Amino acid sequence: MTAVEEVPLSAAGNPIGFGSMRRVEDARFVRGQGNYVDDVNLPGMLHSAILRSPHAHARIVSIDASAAEALPGVVAVITGKILEGIPRPSLLGDNFAWMPTLSYDTQAVLATDKVRFQGQEVAYVIAESRYIAKDALELIDVDYEVLEPVMDAKMALDAGAPIIRDDKGQTDNSITDVHGNKTWESGNAESTAAAIAAAKADPNCVVVTQEIMYPRVHPAPMETCGSVSYLDKVTGQLTMYTTTQAPHAHRTVYAMVAGLPEQKIRIISPDIGGGFGNKVPVYPGYVLSVIGTIVTGKPVKWIEDRNENLTSTGFARDYHMTASIAATKEGKILAVDVDVLADHGAFNGVAQPTNYPAGFFNIFSGSYDYPDAHCKVTPVYTNKAPGGVAYACSFRITEAAYVIERVVDCLAQELQMDPAELRLKNLLRPEQFPYTSPTGWEYDSGQYEKTMRVAMEMAGYDELRREQAEKRTRGEYMGIGISFFTEGVGAGPRRDMDILGLGMADGIELRVHPTGKAQLRLSVQSQGQGHETTFAQIVAHELGIPPEDIEVLHGDTDNTPFGLGTYGSRSTPVSGAAASVVARKVRDRARIVAAAALECAPDDLDWELGRWYVKGDRERGKTIAEIALLSHSSLELPEGVEGHLDATAVYNPPSLTYPYGCYICVVDVDPGTGQVKVRRFIAVDDCGTRINPMIVEGQVHGGLADGVGMALMELIAFDTDGNNLGGSFMDYLLPTAVECPDWELGETVTPSPHHPIGAKGVGESATVGSPAAVVNAVIDALSPFGVRHADMPLTPANVWRAIQGNAIRVDMAIE
Amino acid sequence: MEVTITINGTPVTSDVEPRTLLVHFVRENAGLRGTHWGCDTSNCGTCVLWVDGSPVKSCTMLAAQADGHEVTTVEGLEQGGVLDPIQQGFIECHGLQCGFCTPGMMMTGRWLLDNNPNPSEVEIRDCISGQICRCTGYKNIVASIQWAAEHPLTSEVTA
Ligand code: FES
Ligand code: FES
Repeated sequence: MTAVEEVPLSAAGNPIGFGSMRRVEDARFVRGQGNYVDDVNLPGMLHSAILRSPHAHARIVSIDASAAEALPGVVAVITGKILEGIPRPSLLGDNFAWMPTLSYDTQAVLATDKVRFQGQEVAYVIAESRYIAKDALELIDVDYEVLEPVMDAKMALDAGAPIIRDDKGQTDNSITDVHGNKTWESGNAESTAAAIAAAKADPNCVVVTQEIMYPRVHPAPMETCGSVSYLDKVTGQLTMYTTTQAPHAHRTVYAMVAGLPEQKIRIISPDIGGGFGNKVPVYPGYVLSVIGTIVTGKPVKWIEDRNENLTSTGFARDYHMTASIAATKEGKILAVDVDVLADHGAFNGVAQPTNYPAGFFNIFSGSYDYPDAHCKVTPVYTNKAPGGVAYACSFRITEAAYVIERVVDCLAQELQMDPAELRLKNLLRPEQFPYTSPTGWEYDSGQYEKTMRVAMEMAGYDELRREQAEKRTRGEYMGIGISFFTEGVGAGPRRDMDILGLGMADGIELRVHPTGKAQLRLSVQSQGQGHETTFAQIVAHELGIPPEDIEVLHGDTDNTPFGLGTYGSRSTPVSGAAASVVARKVRDRARIVAAAALECAPDDLDWELGRWYVKGDRERGKTIAEIALLSHSSLELPEGVEGHLDATAVYNPPSLTYPYGCYICVVDVDPGTGQVKVRRFIAVDDCGTRINPMIVEGQVHGGLADGVGMALMELIAFDTDGNNLGGSFMDYLLPTAVECPDWELGETVTPSPHHPIGAKGVGESATVGSPAAVVNAVIDALSPFGVRHADMPLTPANVWRAIQGNAIRVDMAIE
Repeated sequence: MEVTITINGTPVTSDVEPRTLLVHFVRENAGLRGTHWGCDTSNCGTCVLWVDGSPVKSCTMLAAQADGHEVTTVEGLEQGGVLDPIQQGFIECHGLQCGFCTPGMMMTGRWLLDNNPNPSEVEIRDCISGQICRCTGYKNIVASIQWAAEHPLTSEVTA
């Protein structure tokens, strides 16, 4: 189960089971033979483009598309008015101008009454080429009556604030979830308030309160969103090539939105150029490409520009948090309370399990042992793009991990205690697992102190502190930042977790052909995670079939079983478990077939990797390939046993898995310019069993770069007029190879006790855990200036302002 | 206007609008979809190919400007069924995940090694700093280019 186990190699040199192996996917990618949505070209295909609002809040007085319609090469121009006229025989809304979001709100497909954020979809042009479609956008004349926008979440609930969702008859900008709640609370409010009040009154205790903003950022995968849709009017079959992380869930949503029969919808998610949560929601653009093919009878391609991607599709975070932490003067944490103002933008389009409207934010109590925790989240509408749950956030555990790790450092500074020592005093101990957190999560397993000590050892922590002290005497500002995070990943179980009523369980199908080669059909969708490799390794581990003999199919709803898709680090915890379970079903069936062939009882057989043999007589046995052929032969099988080895399974996880890790970042800050240089980054992850350590490490590397990006440069800010100031890669800065250090990775392995192979999922760990380490390092460097906190991104300007004692709000442009 | 560009050794002639970007010519007119497009502002580098042997962001250049010139794309790296060491390096060192930035990264990496066969880590990072990868955190891209530097004559095809 752990990495030390000896794994035999196949003829091709691959591990028959777990271990690093080269990726199957790479053969096509390094040749430029990937097949992304924009690479799909169908005969007679038309192109399209979306006209977007230049205003954050405006009434649409009129739209004149006649000049655009007259442009040669334009096939159709569609406006909200036209969509409003198309009745929809479906459960969700009565016409096509509006669609449901994944959070039971409504969102305009094309604006009819008002535009509610800059970049909102206003009209849709279908033309013979993309260039012509873009030309036509310039010819559409929209008369807007500009309204005052709500750009500052802190003012959204003020009396007299402009009302954004008058379409729903709202009288304020509050958000009401499907259960009727306007705020989302978790934990024990009374005991937490009492503990904090008691600590305030106790001279042996301290309470630290800090406002901490997690600004709006964007996942910005290198491939933007897009789709190619084709409705065959004769057969009624809708085929859609689309950038989705959840092909099956999307199929069901399109069936509901478009009122099309679900058996006639085929979603193909070919190669996806990165997702990070950006490709979970259903966007108006996707729906418009479907409407486009319905209207024209031809295949219609829609591909976003980068500006459209950054300004209109799923942003992430935008949480204004105020955290209070109470502790004894010796550094024993007593209670944490967090109050959050959550900016959801103009439509509540958050992609998360229905019962968790603030995602899994309430796991914020973190990796520490204390009894009292409470949070309250107040969501509001603003005139910004919708979204919120994206960017490898594990359903908002990024915000949770950031707030606790930041406020623990604030506490350390208040107590003048080393932040490592403070954490070591409070970490959960191995014997406390399974551990129920004060907000109700049941952490499965962990050896927190061991992991932290590995990280400190790798970093040479004490030596770093000595170096820092010595540098300070010379006026050099070096910082060391630690973060220790715990995630809960792998949603469901079904009884608690669903999206739009679809329970979060995943199907899988394993076919074993007569020659002993296999095909595994997945419901989840790789966006670069390497499923074609790692899922074959899981089956290899269970059945002894070499991974190169197992073809993994995914991304085509006609050829794979239903499941909820890949986000929230759920592929390995859920679908990976399903792969293991379905392979074990095959193994059990193979045992019966082998017993029939060997003329013994199934119970008389023992398993070794790849074959069943007669107990006590190793020579007498059948390999899985021999059994596969026998299962198709005329061999007589016991009553009730059908032939073949093929099997299906649905995995409904009993609980989440809880990967965790300890990260240490070392920075050097130039106090004159505010420039931050990330010198070192040590990441020790414990994600349980590692199926392919090379891929696990690659996932961690990518997330660490995210952390450096968010901590130091990434930001979607707005000005007071509602202009998005992060609409291009010139304004929305992403880390390059120069800003990223040479990551230093370590590991501990604590398998999940309830996952069939003990794996926990790691895709988002580093994105969740790393921002706090970078920020803590920068603040540590600045502590001689009396800085206790400054918000991300810690750009040179923001660092410089913090040094001057003048830290600013980062989410709004300064006038 | 009629434009002829020799792409990976084969002349491709098309009648295109003067404003046609080179990236679109390569993808749509020549049908070579290994060169990608990822931004509006020439910041991402997914579109990098070579014009007359030097890396160019093909979204910043008009097809008309490349008329009569030689273009090399990712599809031109493999020779006679043998992968270029840079391709092999990306496989060996897990230098790619989603694969979207990979063609551009490989074209820049190959060019670097052609001009500096033993680059330092700093030189490699500097050379690819005009290109963005959202998946790998760059460490393994650097390692992939280093692998190619160390195996200049690989003939072993493993994928
Ligand atoms: S497409 Fe982004 S640099 Fe060319
Ligand atoms: S591998 Fe996905 S962007 Fe680089």
